[in-house]
Amino acid sequence: MAPQRSVGGGATGPVTMARAIGMGLRRALEDDPKTLVMGEDVGQLGGVFRVTDGLLKDFGEARVIDTPLGEAGIIGTAVGLALRGYRPVCEIQFDGFVYPAFDQIVSSLAKLHARSRGRLSVPVVIRIPFGGGIGAVEHHSESPEAYFAHTAGLRVVSPATPNDAYWMIQQAVSSADPVVFLEPKRRYWEKAELDLASSPLPMGEARLVLPGSQVTLVAYGPTVRTAIDAAAAAREEGISIEVIDLRSLSPLDVDAVEASVRRTGRLVVVHEAPVSLGLGAELAAQITERCFHSLEAPVLRVGGAAVPYPPARVEEHYLPDVDRVLHAVDRALAY
Amino acid sequence: MGQVASAWDGTEVGPDPVQLLTPAGRRVKHPSFAADVTLEEVRGFYRDLVLARRLDTEATALQRQGELGLWPPALGQEAAQIGSGRALTSADHAFPTYREHGVALTRGVDALELLRMFRGVDHGGWDPVATGFHLYTIVIGAQTLHATGYAMGLQRDGRVGDDGSAVLAYLGDGATSQGAVSEAFVWAAAMNAPIVFFCQNNGWAISEPTSKQTRIPIYQRARGFGFPGVRVDGNDVLGVLAVTRAALAHAREGGGPVLVEAVTYRMGAHTTSDDPSRYRDPDEVAAWRARDPIDRVRALLEREDAAFAGLAAAVEREAEELAERVRSGVRSMPDPAPLDIYDDVYAEPHAALERERAEHAAYLASFEEVS
Repeated sequence: MAPQRSVGGGATGPVTMARAIGMGLRRALEDDPKTLVMGEDVGQLGGVFRVTDGLLKDFGEARVIDTPLGEAGIIGTAVGLALRGYRPVCEIQFDGFVYPAFDQIVSSLAKLHARSRGRLSVPVVIRIPFGGGIGAVEHHSESPEAYFAHTAGLRVVSPATPNDAYWMIQQAVSSADPVVFLEPKRRYWEKAELDLASSPLPMGEARLVLPGSQVTLVAYGPTVRTAIDAAAAAREEGISIEVIDLRSLSPLDVDAVEASVRRTGRLVVVHEAPVSLGLGAELAAQITERCFHSLEAPVLRVGGAAVPYPPARVEEHYLPDVDRVLHAVDRALAY
Repeated sequence: MGQVASAWDGTEVGPDPVQLLTPAGRRVKHPSFAADVTLEEVRGFYRDLVLARRLDTEATALQRQGELGLWPPALGQEAAQIGSGRALTSADHAFPTYREHGVALTRGVDALELLRMFRGVDHGGWDPVATGFHLYTIVIGAQTLHATGYAMGLQRDGRVGDDGSAVLAYLGDGATSQGAVSEAFVWAAAMNAPIVFFCQNNGWAISEPTSKQTRIPIYQRARGFGFPGVRVDGNDVLGVLAVTRAALAHAREGGGPVLVEAVTYRMGAHTTSDDPSRYRDPDEVAAWRARDPIDRVRALLEREDAAFAGLAAAVEREAEELAERVRSGVRSMPDPAPLDIYDDVYAEPHAALERERAEHAAYLASFEEVS
């Protein structure tokens, strides 16, 4: 018997991002009997962040699978399940633990559609809680998105709000392509209303969060909140900042960024990952190529240093915060 | 097909390999395994073995002539491949390495489709769904996890039990050192998945002998994971058939995974880029040549089949036709068009990739305008 839908139309009240992802997964499990949830501790425990709480009880252990402890095994068997017609949603417990699965993701999952000349599809979703700011021990605070965005065949997305999290996880599950779904874990407990009435943005499109005229601030995942806070602080000093939430890192919605930069003339990109060879570098290259003559200043990046993710007691100096973003905004305006 | 007549009880068998046909072509009995096959089936295996070897020889020659970029010969492993391939039903699914050319033929993969990736025109030219034969996997051992996941899918489809299906995952002796293979064993055991891991221990992982990979016989590895291992003479097509059939039946009926170690020998090089004279003893190669998988079936049929001379001649003609079709087919295989590389990277449109394709197309078109 199909479980009762927990979400119909209408208002939900404020919902945390963690809860919103769980609600989206529940919908995906209800909508398609081929959808599976699998990973370490996702069943009985409901996941270490409780994102999958309650799913085992309602959908059973054939569909919500507590797997052995091995990331390559999780992704490798998910590939096989997808080849048999299933849509597995895998949870990797923390960002720094995805690397044992790297071969399966890069050499098998990402390539099978192309290797088979389109005969095979592997619609696997890989959920990864990512990013720092929670005072964790090492390997629990990393931002590995550039590896995946650099890999042809994968889609890479990161929601910044509960509403996007709710809709984008469902879009990821229904995508025919493999999707790396990066969840900003330090924003898991921020609450917002879900908009169940309007149809969601397509998964590959950026969102204009705040309009502004002097500087475009581009962020995704955990740094969208930082960018919004920086824009509010700048407004008090009379500086008008436009904030764009990328949402998708592959494909990268460069059109949206370009349109904004053509208006503002300045671009600052904010992410937690090291700036060296990161998403900001790619955006800087593409924007410079597309609208060089619209730029009043070089594209600037605010992000992590080229160091291993630092110990928790010093991570605030590594993570981009409002002050560092505003410092970059000032530099851009000073050109 | 003959009935499964093996009395195997699902427990470990070794270290003496199961053998039902001696190198001299004599049938022998085994307490647990029997190949209940008709003479007509044995004649079919002879044809399979000869065609597989002919394809292999021809592909090696084509590589030497520069028509293929690379070829990994399966020379000497034909019985392991034909015996295991013929143990599969059409509802079963096989996950090969990159050397299962004989198995491919038993699954109905066309020789020319098989050669496309070695010609360099694509990365896998056959239909894995229609043939029940997945694409070749070159990353060592990675396919064992895909196979295990597929077997988990069979469980969820209710395909275990009476009239069930199973998965056959191929791997080599070198692959047993890969983490992915250990994880596949763990998953298959924990899930009780309907899968048979079929390890062709051909003695060598490029230059490294099996002793560099393991201190114990490979079939015994299964013990620690909690499922049975069976060792079989990999150059005995009847032994391999009987063991693989019994193992697949065990898996299909819900008995869980089985590891089969087929002890064979890589008579050729690892690939056409390799030089085995640098690392192995010619006496060892000669000893294995005396255990040739085709010779023993020929000896059996010469004794038991009054019509064998006619069969041998017909198979020889068919092998020559195959070789000729492969030669001309490979040479006339068209290269892909430049912009084909953008096809099928994603199943749904990807804006950034479409932009790259358009830029590449414009670049190519700029030459046409000049000329």
